[in-house]
This record gives sequence, structure tokens and C-alpha cells, in this order.
Amino acid sequence: MPEKHYLNATYGIRSWLLTTDHKRIALLYLASVTFFFFVGGFFAMMIRLHLLTPNGYLLTPDLYNRMFTMHGVTMVFFFLIPSIPAILGNFLIPIMIGAKDLAFPKINLLSWYIYVVGGLFTLWSMVNGGLDTGWTFYTPLSTVYSNSAVAPAVVGVFITGFSSILTGLNFLVTVHTMRAPGMTWFRLPLFVWAHYATSIVMILGTPVIAITLALAAMERLFGLGFFNPAMGGDPILFQHLFWFYSHPAVYIMILPAMGVISELIPTFARKRLFGYHFVAAASLAIAVIGFLVWTHHMFLTGQSTYAAVAFSFLTFIVAIPSAIKTFNWTATLFGGSISFDTPMLYAFGFLGLFMIGGLTGLFLGALGVDINIHDTYFVVAHFHYIMVGGAVMGYLGGLHFWWPKITGRMYPEWLARIAAFILFIGFNFTFFPQFILGIMGMPRRYHMYPPEFQIYNVMSTAGASILAIGYLLPMVYLTWAAFYGKVAGDNPWPATGLEWKTQSPPLTENFDVTPVVTWEAYDFHNRPDLQLDVPSGKGSPVVAPAHGDD
Amino acid sequence: MHRTGALFGQFKTLEQQKDTATLGMWIFLVTEVMFFGGIMLAYTINRHTYFHAFAMGSNTLSLLLGGGNTVVLLFSSFTMAMAVWSAQTSRKGLITLFLSLTILLGFVFFGVKYVEYAQKFHHHLVPGKNFDISYCVNNPSKCEDIDAADMAKEREELEVAAKADPDLNAHAQLYYSAYFGMTGLHALHMVIGAGLLFWLLRESVAGRFNAEWNNPVDIVGLYWHFVDIVWIYLFPLLYLIDRHK
Amino acid sequence: MQSPLPTFPEQASNFAGDVDTLFSFILMTTLFFAVLVTVLIIFAAFKFRRRSEMEVGDDVHGNNVLEVGWTLIPTIIAIGIFAWGAAIYVNYRIAPKDTLDIYVIGKQWMWKLQQPNGRKEINELHVPLNRNVKLIMGSEDVIHDFYVPAFRVKMDVVPGRYNTMWFRPIKTGKYHFFCSQYCGTNHAVMGGWVTVMDPAEYAAWLSGESGDVNPVSAGERLFTQLACNTCHIANGTGRAPSLNGVFGANVLLADGSTVVANEAYIRESILQPKAKIVAGYLPVMPTFQGLVTEEQILNLTAYIKSLQTQPVPAKGGGIAPATAGKK
Repeated sequence: MPEKHYLNATYGIRSWLLTTDHKRIALLYLASVTFFFFVGGFFAMMIRLHLLTPNGYLLTPDLYNRMFTMHGVTMVFFFLIPSIPAILGNFLIPIMIGAKDLAFPKINLLSWYIYVVGGLFTLWSMVNGGLDTGWTFYTPLSTVYSNSAVAPAVVGVFITGFSSILTGLNFLVTVHTMRAPGMTWFRLPLFVWAHYATSIVMILGTPVIAITLALAAMERLFGLGFFNPAMGGDPILFQHLFWFYSHPAVYIMILPAMGVISELIPTFARKRLFGYHFVAAASLAIAVIGFLVWTHHMFLTGQSTYAAVAFSFLTFIVAIPSAIKTFNWTATLFGGSISFDTPMLYAFGFLGLFMIGGLTGLFLGALGVDINIHDTYFVVAHFHYIMVGGAVMGYLGGLHFWWPKITGRMYPEWLARIAAFILFIGFNFTFFPQFILGIMGMPRRYHMYPPEFQIYNVMSTAGASILAIGYLLPMVYLTWAAFYGKVAGDNPWPATGLEWKTQSPPLTENFDVTPVVTWEAYDFHNRPDLQLDVPSGKGSPVVAPAHGDD
Repeated sequence: MHRTGALFGQFKTLEQQKDTATLGMWIFLVTEVMFFGGIMLAYTINRHTYFHAFAMGSNTLSLLLGGGNTVVLLFSSFTMAMAVWSAQTSRKGLITLFLSLTILLGFVFFGVKYVEYAQKFHHHLVPGKNFDISYCVNNPSKCEDIDAADMAKEREELEVAAKADPDLNAHAQLYYSAYFGMTGLHALHMVIGAGLLFWLLRESVAGRFNAEWNNPVDIVGLYWHFVDIVWIYLFPLLYLIDRHK
Repeated sequence: MQSPLPTFPEQASNFAGDVDTLFSFILMTTLFFAVLVTVLIIFAAFKFRRRSEMEVGDDVHGNNVLEVGWTLIPTIIAIGIFAWGAAIYVNYRIAPKDTLDIYVIGKQWMWKLQQPNGRKEINELHVPLNRNVKLIMGSEDVIHDFYVPAFRVKMDVVPGRYNTMWFRPIKTGKYHFFCSQYCGTNHAVMGGWVTVMDPAEYAAWLSGESGDVNPVSAGERLFTQLACNTCHIANGTGRAPSLNGVFGANVLLADGSTVVANEAYIRESILQPKAKIVAGYLPVMPTFQGLVTEEQILNLTAYIKSLQTQPVPAKGGGIAPATAGKK
């Protein structure tokens, strides 16, 4: 382990709570995001346990409705949206581009405090009245009829939105103005491209949900009337405003995970990413087109048929860049030198599960089929395949991949592989039966259901208990590894990014000398410092393998 | 804490620091456009659907006060631009003068806003339980600040509007919700702007701004101009509905 | 007919076949690509597995022809699926002219439906076979949704506007319908049955009704059918008083007076529920004027009488305490 690094540079709680080091802020986020993940997971456990029986004897209807609402609110706003950007993005982006920190380090710290304040506010409302409107807060149920703590919960989410906006702002400016000499746009790692695209969505979309929630809170508190038909308002206006953000929000959740995959596959196939420019362009395309499809959540609200047709068309178009990426990731494997370390297992898992999740989106985007499966468990399965099978797999894969850089120590490889398998199996058992439930006609958000749906609900709950183990294991062994894992060295994999040229863990200022970049991303053939067996005759020296002691 | 004008650790040159801060402010202003855009959309849709109620509501606003405030803000953007120029040309005394004038004009704006809001409160035009669009017409003695000629016009308008829209009161409340929402949000942004200006004032008195380093004045100027532009939109949207009559 | 796809509900409307066919097509197409990519991944994972510790992969940048190919082909297929889906949807959204119109009101947490001749139903919809039926739907409170899986049809029911949907039943039988837009506490129980009948049977049903000999059991069925039991919960935990023991007892009203719960009181409570509110409860009971016949009121009364002997809950019984009448 290096003598000095960012973790031991200064000591004491103040040096953490008042830090402006992007790496420490990433760890602050890691702690709080993990906390909210388990809060959301607790609600999920209650849902699945309750749904073991058709008559739902575990919870009262009002309590069940609070469980699924609070599960959604916690997971979407306090786990999925911040997770990869605020933890891995914060930690890695400055190092990946050769900078000492982000453009605005103090704003970075502020964003964490805003996140925590918003989270505590929402948490407080969850134990003081709860929230039972669904995470979508449709009006007039949320603004007039619900008896739960809607106003404080909505204010909490409103506050946290600013954390997202500030993070996105910081990333955009950083990538524009803080790149090291020689780090041109097309030498950037695709992780950075992915976060750049994500940041565009964050800054354009989040303010809209902010004003929407502000209006909803004021409506609830002061009886305004914008969304209340009894006063001339329009509940569908709320849906338009809500989904204008909340659809692009799902791209905030998946683009960073795709960015992680674009790092993992080249690293563990020891091969450039196939079609780098296309993958970078696809990220931007997803971000932009993602703003044009929101009404596909509203096909059955009675809106104009022409509008529905237009939005369905755009929904199919937005699927194409994701398909392009999937094909490029797959093509990268061919001719590679593939190893099956844990991060790569997560990458494989992502490929399969994201593919299923994305393809099932085609069913929902097809108007004629959506009539049947809208608001059924088919939708629930679809988005969990992408959010959990995709985004969470990407998150865990990234955490494992960069754990040695963040902590200086390796996680236990075999235990991690087993956990990845458990997760994969548990996940499929939990969510695949839900596709079937949707096809059979089981609507969402039901605290009771007709008995013919029970078998698949039981299967789903059984899978969920396995999934839970799959999540608990990494929490435990990653924490253990941070203190007692094998010392990793600068570049254990080895990988090609600038972050792997620094010590593990990095210095507070990341680099003692500003790097000058002269190589392309994922260029295994022109990196003699990696000491790999590059075949001669391709213009690069052959280097005999020499293993140092760790 | 860093002194204004010092080079922050993550930057290599003051030039990079300046470019970064400026880009940051522009991107922040884009988020503000999206933020105000949402409520302007809600306003637009409701104005289209409930035109009579919105026209009725608009006509209870004072053109004098609103127009006056518009001039005040425009002038404050001028003084702000002069402050930026003064900083760029190292005229230390003038920076302080123009910043002070900008702050003063901002407070004039707040004062006028307070008068308007207070008037709405007394006339039962604040959304909520006591909202009543016909309060002044039915209780002229309680609304002495409206003179007889205007009161007669208001009564006539109310009759016409009520005939066209049986739910006039509920829809007029939508107008006032938009009014308070939009002007309230704008006023909040002005308060933040005033805070930033006070900070700039302090730094300018301490002599931190000159031709080499004036970026903070520049980017606070950007913010102030944006807040002014929002008002330029709000004024016609809220005050000038159907005024040609 | 039974859907060719396993686990699908029966195909009981004109749309079901079309929707299922498109679903099958999308399923086969997506399955094809998913299997193709999965096989490629597994194949590559094996063929190109690392053989020595310091091995690297080939130096390949990409292939523009492949990029164009795997962009264009999915785009064409996607547009094809879109067009097919849009065609079904446009047909679904534009009802034919010759429909049998039924009015539907959704409210927390029940459905009120009215047939063309005025006959009303609660949580039940009777429709004739092979007729185009249009539902004209409104909501009294929040957004609901009327969903019939066997018909493959669904439409939101939005307060402040009317939404319409149409279908043509093609098979007799009883089919579940569900509320399919989260609407609060009892969203999950806000469903019922659609009964498709032969046209002659439907006509007969429309004009008359069959009787049940035992008034108490007829009343008990009605009590559930009309959703009385969702509020008048026997153990007193509902938003309306438990009816156990109420018949013949003194009831304390909100204005402090007491009244004996006799047949007239029961009838008034059903038809004009706001006339006498029980102390401690809100005036939220909807009226059943026009929804129940006199015969049905008698059956309900008989059932409520039969609850005299049921245990009165400690709280929520609605019955006046022994020293009632004094404030």
C-alpha cells in the first residue's frame, strides 16, 4: 500500500464532512446511497412477503400501498439516480480525464448535503404518515384524496433534485474545461461520454420535475387547482409534466451503467471497444431522443390518437441506439482475450438482462399490445429487468472493478463470483414470473389478487429471498475487503484508463504530475507500461511478462 | 477559504478558472429556463382554456405598478452592465456605485411587489379558502383603493366574464395561482440575486475586481440579466391579457 | 377461443386475436435476436477465453458496414412493429357508429354501470354477444381504469372528462374486469365480472330480473354485490358502522338524538343516506336511489335483521349507549 493517499491524508470527522476531495465525497455518497438502498429493499421485502397469499394477510391495504409507494420513491430518487454518477462518476471522472478534481469541488460537497437533507425529509415523512400515492404521484389522488404525508415527501424529493442538477452541472463543465493536455474528446473513456450524456439529461430534465412537485405540493397545501378537475384543472397536465422528467430519468439511471459496461468489456477482453465513435454517439442519441418519448406512459389516458402514434414511433426509435451499443459490446468479445473475473460476470449478466428488459420495452411501445399490458405486472417486470438487471448489475460490476482503486485492496474473487451467480439466479426467479403475471392480466399495485395468480407470486417471492442474499454478500465482503483484502497495486487487471496509472488508493490531488495523453482509449497494443504479450509486427514492442510482488 | 481572484487548486490557470465558472453559470441558467418553463406551460394551457377568467384576473393588476417595475428592472440591468464594464476597466469606485444602484433598484422592485401582494391579500385574491374574484365588486367599501370609474369597469367585466364562464371563481383562482407562483418564484430568484450582489459589493469595496480579474461580476451579471428577462416575459403574460379593450 | 399462447386469458373479443398475433410476432422477433446475441456472446466467451495470463485481444477498431447494418435492420423491424401496433390502436380508439352505449362511472372503490334502457349494475357488466359495445366512462373522484384481460382492452377513467372504449364480445362467458390505475386503498378489490350473453338472453335480462326465494340470502348477496360490505365492516373497523345487532336497537345520531333502527330507518338510510348520520361517522354513504328496487330493499332489510344476533363490536357498532340522549 502506498504511504500517503486520499484516505489517510487527513484525519477526523471534520476532514470528511467538510472535504472537497471528489474521492471522499464519492465515499460519503456511497454510505448514504447504500443506506437508502437497504431502506428501499426493506419495503420490497414487505411487498413480496405480503404477496405470498392472494388475500394479503400480512399488511392492511393502506400499509401495503405505502410499501410499494415508498419502495419506488426510495429506489428511484435516492438510489438509482445518484448511484453510479455520484459514487463512481464523482470518484473517477477527474482522474479519468487527468484533472486534480472536478470543476466545482465545493458545489460537489453541497450536492451531497442537499441529497442527505432531501433524503432525511422524505424519510421523516415516510414514518410520519407514510406515502401511498405510488411514486408517480398522480393527481387528484395525491393532491386531494390521499391521507398520507404527500406534501413533506414531495418537498423531500424536490430538495434532492437539486443534488442531481448540481452533479450534472459539475460533470458537464468538468469534461469541457478540465481535460489534461492530449485528452481529446475521442480519447475519453466511454464512461466519461456516458456521464456527459447523463448530465445533459440531469440538467434539462430535473428542473421540470422540481417545478412539477412544487406545484403539486402547493396544490395540496393551498388547494390551488391546476391538477384538480373539480376546480377546472387537468390531471393529465400533471402526468405530462411528471413524465417529461421521469422518462428521461430512466436514462439517467441506465446510461452510467452502460458507461461502466463499456469499461468492463474492453478491460476483460483486453480489446478495444468495437465501434467507439458509434457507442459515444449512441449515448448522446439516447439522451436527446429520450426527451421525446414521455407520452408513452400515457397511451391510455384518452389523449389524442395522433399524439399516441407519434410518441410510439419515437419510442421505437429510442430503442435503436441501445441496440447499437449491445451489438458493439458483443462484437468487442470476438477476437478478444476474455477472463471471467467478477466485474466481467456482472457485464455478462448486464448484457443478457438488459437485453431482455430492453426488448420487452418493444411490447410496451407497440400501441396495440400496450392496450393489454399497460399497468400490469408486465411493466413492473420490464423496468426491473432494466433497472435491476441492468443498472444495478452495472453498479455492482463497477464497484468491484474499481474497488481496488478506491480502497487499495482486492475483494475475495471466488466469493464475489458466487455472489454474482446468486444474484443472477435470484433476480430471474423474482422477475421473470412477473412477465407471465402481466400477460395473465394481473394489474400493478394490487394488495390482493385473484387466486389463479398465486403460483407466480410465490415463485417471485422465493426468487426475491435469493436476490436479497445476492445483495447482502457484496455489502459484507466489500466492506471486509476495504480493510483486510489483499493489497491490489496500481493496476491489478491491468486496464488502460488514466485512473490505473495512479497509485491505489490515489493521492488527494490524484496526480503529482499532470499527465499528457498520447494514446487512444482501450489501446492495449500501444501500452508497453501494461506489460502484456502484444504480438510483434504490429508496431509495438513485445514485453516479457514480469510479475512484481504486490 | 479562497480569496476572490486567487487560483483554486484544481485549476492550472486563471483563464481556465474563468472559463469554467462562466460555463457553469450558463449551464445553470439553462436549468432555470427549464424550471420556469414548466410553470409557464401550465399557465399557457390554462390561459387558453379559461381565457375569460385569466383576462378578468389580469385586469385587476395595476399596469402602473407592473410597468413601473419593468422599467426598474430594465434599468437595474443597465446598472449591472455598467458595473461589469467598470470592473473590466478597473474603475473601482464605479463598480461599487453601480452595484449599489443595482441593489437599490432591486429593493424598489421588492417594495412595489409588496404593495401589489398586500393589495391582493386585502381584495381576497390570494388562492385558498377566502378567494373571491367578485369580492371588491360586491364590497366596494372594503376596496377603497379602487376608484369609482375603475370599479364600474370591473363590475361590467365581471358580469360579462361570469356569463361566459359559470365557474369563473375557480378558474380565476387558477390565474392567481399562476400569478403568485410565477412572480413568487421570480421574487425568490431576485432575493438570491440581491444576496449575490451584496457579496459582490463587499468584494468590490475590498478592491478585488479589476481588468485582470472580474469574472464574478460578469457571471453574477449573467444571473441578474436572466432574472430580468424572466420578468420581461412575466409582465406581458400576467399583466397584459386582453388590455386592448 | 383459447389463445394459442400459454397463460394468456381466453380470446373473448374482436381485439384479442389481433393483439395476441402482434404479441406473438414481437415475441418471436425479440426471441430470435435475444437468442442470436446470447449464442454469440456464449460462443465468443468460450472461443476467445484467455489462454495465457498476459495475452491481449486483437486490435480492431470497428466495422462501418456492420454498424450500418445493425442500425438499419433493427430500425426497419422496429418501424414495422410500430406500424402494426398503431393500426390496432387506431382501430381501437375510433369506435364504429353502430355501438350499444353503456355508461360507466368509476369511484373509490366501485363501478356503477348503466345499460341503454337505464338498468343499472354495480361491479357487473352484462353485454350481448357479437354486438359492438361502447363504454362511455367518467370518474367521480380520482383516475381509475377499466381493464378486461380476456377482451385485451383497457382505458383510463379520468375525472373531469369522458373517455370511451369499444369492443365486440365474441364468446359467451364470464370474464374478470379490474381497476387498472392505482386509485387508493381498495384499488385491488375494485373489480367485477363482465358477462357476455346470447342476444336473446341479454334482451330478457335487460328487461326483467330473476328472483331468489330466500330474502335473507338474496339480501346477503346484494349486500356484497352493492359493495355495502366494503364500508359496513362487521368488526366495526370500517368507515361506516357495523350492522351487527343494529336492527331494533337505539342508534345515536350526529345531532345528539336517538332513533330506533326499524325497517323505515333502514330503507331511508339506503335511499337518503344523508338524512340521518350516525354519531362519529362522516356523511360519505352514496345513495342507492335508482339502483335498487323495493324488492331488493326488502331483501337487504331481511339480511340486516338477521345480523341482530351477531356480536356487536366494542367500537364501531353505531348503537346508542345505555344513557344516550343526554349531552
